[in-house]
Amino acid sequence: MRFFEDIEVGQRRELGSFTFTADSIKTFARQFDPQRFHLDEEEGRKSLFGGLAASGWHVGSVCMKLLVAKGKEETATTLAAGGTPAVWGPSPGFRELRWHKPVLAGDTVTFSSVVESVRTSEKRPEWGIVQARNTGVNQRGEKVYSFLATAFVPRRGN
Amino acid sequence: MTLTFEDFPVGHFGTFGPRHVTREEIIAFATEFDPQPMHLDEEAAKRSMLRGLSGSGWHLSSLMMRMLFDGFIGRTASLGSPGVDELRWLSPLRPGDDLTLDVDVTQARVSQSRPDTGIVTFAMRVRNASGQTLLEATSPIMVKRRDAREKA
Repeated sequence: MRFFEDIEVGQRRELGSFTFTADSIKTFARQFDPQRFHLDEEEGRKSLFGGLAASGWHVGSVCMKLLVAKGKEETATTLAAGGTPAVWGPSPGFRELRWHKPVLAGDTVTFSSVVESVRTSEKRPEWGIVQARNTGVNQRGEKVYSFLATAFVPRRGN
Repeated sequence: MTLTFEDFPVGHFGTFGPRHVTREEIIAFATEFDPQPMHLDEEAAKRSMLRGLSGSGWHLSSLMMRMLFDGFIGRTASLGSPGVDELRWLSPLRPGDDLTLDVDVTQARVSQSRPDTGIVTFAMRVRNASGQTLLEATSPIMVKRRDAREKA
């Protein structure tokens, strides 16, 4: 992961893809969001979604999964080059989360992240605050998911 | 009885829970979706900003969804949600927490594009047993109107 000083507005990271199988959709839904259109193909078809649809929280959790994997990959690259990787802090939250279109069984969603703002923290001078728009696009190129995430990113030399 | 748009006037809607959260659940969710040391490993977690093992924010958010379902969404003519306007993770989710969910309706209006549907905006707050707020969120949910229910 990068330090605050290495992050600029407009920087884009490709986070990779995930295929939402019917099985994975139902497994998540049974635990966290057992609404009928997330559990049953026929109910999904009759709903506004038009098919078995992933819970929006499943889509959000998968995006987090890919963000974490990408961070680990970047950390390994930095270590291999003899550098010091940054350890990012927790996120205070997000804004403007939109489930633009349903994610249906069999859909493959490709996620990316673009930096929208960077600022230093007054309360915590060793940390910077980065906002990034994380977006998911399906196999037809349709935007299905986006949100504006906030994260604490360490400043160099602390 | 199924709840429809008319059952969601502006004001306090209800308080739901408690929902007990175990260490095993926290680690299982983190292993699959958010495998950062602060969510998986006690020792690494002690050194993190959150000072101790904490659940993923997405786990807490997903638990809120389940509490919404068990509380009322499961018996509401819900058509799903377009998103979440804002969500704040204010304090970490800890192993053993008993979560309570407070739900308020902040806005209820009929959809312009779908007159048989209402859009209800909820303000949600998840707190632990000692009253500390862990999460606050605002999210609209689409709900059928009563006279539209029969046609569904």
